[in-house]
Amino acid sequence: MSLLHSLTQRDRVFDFMAPQASPVDVRHGPILYMEDVTVSFDGFKAINNLNLTINDGELRCIIGPNGAGKTTMMDIITGKTRPNSGSVWFGSRHNLLHMNEPDIASLGIGRKFQKPTVFEALSVFENLELAMAADKRIFPTLTARMTGEIKDRIDEVLETIGLTALRHQPAGILSHGQKQWLEIGMLLMQRPRLLLVDEPVAGMTEQEMERTAELLTGLAGKQSVVVVEHDMGFVRSIARQVTVLHQGSVLAEGTMDQVSNDPKVIEVYLGADDEEAA
Amino acid sequence: MSLTTESSTNFWLTRPFSERSTQIFLGVLIAALALVTLLHVAVPADNPLHIGAYTVNLFGKYLSYALLAVAVDLVWGYLGILSLGHGAFFAIGGYAMGMYLMRQIGDRGTYGNPVLPDFMVFLNWDSLPWFWHGFDMAWFAFAMVLLAPGLLALVFGFLAFRSRVTGVYLSIITQALTFALMLAFFRNEMGFGGNNGLTDFREIVGFDLRSDATRLGLFLATGVALALGFILCRAIVTSKLGRVSVATRDAEARTRFLGYRVERFQLFVFVVSAMLAGLAGALYVPQVGIINPSEFSPIFSIEIVLWVALGGRATLYGAVIGAILVNYAKTIFTGVMPDAWLFALGAMFVLVTVFLPKGVAGLFRYFKRRKRDDTATSDPNADPNSTPKEASA
Repeated sequence: MSLLHSLTQRDRVFDFMAPQASPVDVRHGPILYMEDVTVSFDGFKAINNLNLTINDGELRCIIGPNGAGKTTMMDIITGKTRPNSGSVWFGSRHNLLHMNEPDIASLGIGRKFQKPTVFEALSVFENLELAMAADKRIFPTLTARMTGEIKDRIDEVLETIGLTALRHQPAGILSHGQKQWLEIGMLLMQRPRLLLVDEPVAGMTEQEMERTAELLTGLAGKQSVVVVEHDMGFVRSIARQVTVLHQGSVLAEGTMDQVSNDPKVIEVYLGADDEEAA
Repeated sequence: MSLTTESSTNFWLTRPFSERSTQIFLGVLIAALALVTLLHVAVPADNPLHIGAYTVNLFGKYLSYALLAVAVDLVWGYLGILSLGHGAFFAIGGYAMGMYLMRQIGDRGTYGNPVLPDFMVFLNWDSLPWFWHGFDMAWFAFAMVLLAPGLLALVFGFLAFRSRVTGVYLSIITQALTFALMLAFFRNEMGFGGNNGLTDFREIVGFDLRSDATRLGLFLATGVALALGFILCRAIVTSKLGRVSVATRDAEARTRFLGYRVERFQLFVFVVSAMLAGLAGALYVPQVGIINPSEFSPIFSIEIVLWVALGGRATLYGAVIGAILVNYAKTIFTGVMPDAWLFALGAMFVLVTVFLPKGVAGLFRYFKRRKRDDTATSDPNADPNSTPKEASA
């Protein structure tokens, strides 16, 4: 009887009728969950029993020496590389191993590659416009109108990445750092849930690095952000949680202080790097 | 690149009208059409300012070349596809028009056959090939002018873009396409008049093709077609689709990564361009009075690309300027010293490449920018990193 009552309630909105802002189910905490993932290329295990959990809204830094499997890990998450074994879940509903690259991208995982690629002939504003989540078929694109809402959204992102003053400039004249920010902005236009950022400060000046740190920490909370970075100073300035990868699996995990005092970590990575920095 | 994203008008087809460059272009074109008409009709024939029917006809030919150049610039300038086979679409549009004009001859041909064109009677054919049916109706023939090149571009483009053939390889296969079609059309068995092509036209929708009035009418029709084609292309390149095209041109993989099905956008723009080229061919044929397989020749397709390069790529109006300038020069040169023409064309190309890498249109932009920079440097507080475009936008 109570079932009948609940079904006939006139103000009731059924789950399947309700518009879904995001199909990603994060009620159980983690937005990304990787378990026992192994990838081998011709017998070489690039990823070896990797376990990693990223919580919703978290900013996580991943460090590790060259060849530790950082980029391969990102390839697996974005569907570019298929692991030999293990499981990768986005929220608790989507098995990423059963999806292809465009589907994963449209689900809300954005990835920034090491080398910035922006559309140099188009203005900063237009770069963001093209990146925006929208109907991307031919005729909707041909007849697309510039509405106030879209403009506001682009202005908001321009503000976030600090390129408002350069909005009408062709992206080709931007400095290396500005291109990196523009590309992060293009990712933000897609409204991703999870941002994967590969070496965002490579080749940046000190000031640009600071600005990038602000940008990334500002994003955390709204989005989950995973940053792969070599620069220890930069990682120290933004990281709350750090994961150290070594030979394809997690060597240590914790705050920057915990990690940097871990003797295993010092041995494989930090020690050498600190000497280099000093 | 003056792709005004934040323009006030928002309907894609009317957007070009709010652009300064399009307004100027249309103004100049309409003024030129009016002037030629006036000098042809109102000025007596013995006056030195009089423009004769022959010259009007010649200008009409230039305008159809200009439309063809606009079509090539759309795919080359904005989509980055260097088509070395656009002559094929031009020629197919021309053949569709030629078939209509052949059927209009009726029984006035040399052999007096009411249905079969002369060349078929000569080949002892007793009935019309299937693909010649319907071309006695103007509406059908005019539809084919657009549909036949469009269909060829659709099939060819679908196969090429789906396989992600780009760059030099694509240029080479477009060249092969037009070469193969040339060889095919040279054969009598194809049913398109072999190497003589289609000629000896009499009238078009009831108007005598040899009368001065019809020639003027065709000239004006070509001018209108050029204006409409230009507006359509401008509407495409100022739309978001145009920006996706430019993005594809500069970073195809990145565009795909943003979620655009790049091959479909390429196909769409390629087909539109082919249809415009077909329209240009259809307007060309009644004005020159003949269509034969030489229009398919690879050299002609390369020449079109030269017009666009000389005029300035990715501006559309540059293509128009280039087509008219080069063809005017060609008319003069082939009249004065025919053997020197190819050397002159080569020299022009070299000079423009060295001194005007962005073509004639680049010269306009250069002066425009200099004027703008002059006003900017007078402001002592100007931020060196921001150009005055910021203020004017």
